[in-house]
Amino acid sequence: MPEREITFAQAVREALAEEMRRDARVCIIGEDVAEAGTPFKVLSGLVEEFGARRVVDTPISEAGFTGVAVGAAMTGLRPVVDIMFGDFITLTMDQMVNQAAKAHYMSGGHWKVPMVMRTTLGATRRSAAQHSQSLHAWFSHVPGLKVVLPSTPYDAKGLLKAAIRDENPVVFFEDKMMYKLKGPVPEDDYTIPLGVADVKRAGDDITLVATSSMVQVALGAAIMLEKEGLSAEVVDPRTTWPLDEKTLIDSAKKTSRVIVLDEGYGRYGVTAELAAVIAEGAFYDLDAPVKRMGAMHVPIPFSPPLEDATVPTEQTVFEAVRLMCKPA
Amino acid sequence: MTTATSKPEVGRGTVAEKEKWLRAYRQMVSIRLFEEQVNEVYTRALMPGLAHLYSGEEAVAVGICEALRIDDYITSTHRGHGHCLAKGASPDRMFAELLGKEAGYCRGKGGSMHIADPATGNLGANAIVGGSVGIATGAAFAAKNLGTDRVAICFFGEGALGQGSLYEVMNLAQLWKLPVIYVCENNLYNEYTRYQETTAGTILGRATAFGIEAMSVDGQDVRAVNEVATRLVKRARAGVGPAFLQCDTYRYSGHHVGDINREYYRSKQEEQLWKTDRDPILVLAKWLIDQSYADAASLDRITAEVRATMESAVKFAIAAPYPNVDEVEKHVYA
Repeated sequence: MPEREITFAQAVREALAEEMRRDARVCIIGEDVAEAGTPFKVLSGLVEEFGARRVVDTPISEAGFTGVAVGAAMTGLRPVVDIMFGDFITLTMDQMVNQAAKAHYMSGGHWKVPMVMRTTLGATRRSAAQHSQSLHAWFSHVPGLKVVLPSTPYDAKGLLKAAIRDENPVVFFEDKMMYKLKGPVPEDDYTIPLGVADVKRAGDDITLVATSSMVQVALGAAIMLEKEGLSAEVVDPRTTWPLDEKTLIDSAKKTSRVIVLDEGYGRYGVTAELAAVIAEGAFYDLDAPVKRMGAMHVPIPFSPPLEDATVPTEQTVFEAVRLMCKPA
Repeated sequence: MTTATSKPEVGRGTVAEKEKWLRAYRQMVSIRLFEEQVNEVYTRALMPGLAHLYSGEEAVAVGICEALRIDDYITSTHRGHGHCLAKGASPDRMFAELLGKEAGYCRGKGGSMHIADPATGNLGANAIVGGSVGIATGAAFAAKNLGTDRVAICFFGEGALGQGSLYEVMNLAQLWKLPVIYVCENNLYNEYTRYQETTAGTILGRATAFGIEAMSVDGQDVRAVNEVATRLVKRARAGVGPAFLQCDTYRYSGHHVGDINREYYRSKQEEQLWKTDRDPILVLAKWLIDQSYADAASLDRITAEVRATMESAVKFAIAAPYPNVDEVEKHVYA
């Protein structure tokens, strides 16, 4: 029997529904999460099954309801907060960085904050500079938070279920351009542990370390490279923290060349951290400096040709690999 | 559901009334003398970091917490020693925390501004002004959602009135009829600035705009604070919704222990007037003596007992070991 295929959005919804059925403490809090099911319709149907007590529509008050989730998580609920666009995490920073991330440590381990923040990332939706950013590096910088970047429907379901069961604040970034991406997803209950990378494609000549939407870009580039006789390995860390350093380093040692791809801003970003981890761990096995590819250091522009120029594509990755592996 | 019971309301002239206010007296003296010791330990350079003293505001913490059950929640502030003690924290573990010792409430990792204690419902003191308004409201959200009848108290100073998140959560609390009481301790000064310079309109107007039950009370009169708190807690526990209580009070010391020269923002005469005319401990002492619940000698005995407790708590904390350095990476994640 062929494996069932569902979309990324359906996988997210299925993970939430399963966890809400399993654990009455799990609730969803956010703007237009109930009847509207969010603008991306990711949550459609949940309020009908679980009711307004567990799928809670809020005013447009990101800081307020994120703070409520922190306190509710400390006192017995397991809230999943919905931040409609990743750009709006700026409004929640004190609650996430100074409260959620620190409550366990500051209290000497007495209080716990088992909450999830689901939000989005990703450009090329023609949404301009305040609805297109990929700001996951900011939370990855903060001790006490975990950061998850699913790249397939399968990973989205398993990682979200693990995030909801985690005893810590976890930020879960969904690429809004991937919501319609289809892939095989088991109907069973399964989780994917946070902190375990996944080799999405085995190869010998170069390692493409890629996160979220960039995994799909890397896989596309790998097919193009195959025709050039180049074999690319695609490694998806799946979580920026905890980080599976070993899998990244092992792959780098095997192929001796690495490009790190991430849709966040390149400067001081996730690519910088991953490149440093690989350079430190695999230095003597590398045949070239680790290359980084991320969003350009500009506010995301609206105009389509301008926006398209800001993020790595299959073509730009293909060219970068060819240059690295077959210097003129 | 919780098994804890509410404190019984006491009738006038009863033994229970006498015991209640003698307990409140002892609690207020405990806070005052705790802070005296903090000042002493700090100025002897035995305490790292910062110390924000609660002296002068004791009637607020004690009046409110006396209306609570042990399993009710509080969130506290950078000036939080009084809240923690009034909710039931023990002075020895408090001092140990202030000195960064392993025996402290947070194993020394939080310090003066972050004391937290699940056993007494203390969700934590908070060093971000207004930083705990979400947490307190969230605790009330969970209480309602889980069907317990717990109440959450959100202590903050009038300085937090400048933070927008307060208005976001008050809106949520009133929309959802959450059992949270926002207790605004108006000690007149946002750090080094008189509150009128930072606060447009009225304080209560901020809460009434949301339709929240709001009132002010003389924060130097522990009986008055307790009376109104008891009513608001009962109301919140019954599911009627949130409330906002402005407690007019005064901070005897500077913003922190090192804030010595304060005359550019307030006069010594003003400070002295609050201490002689409106001291919360003197106000309650006078009432206890007028009621023949105590005499000067019995109150002196309470003070002496409390002083001995505080001195031994300090000794305990000074003698207690620091955490082992390998503790530094523990508790980052649960």
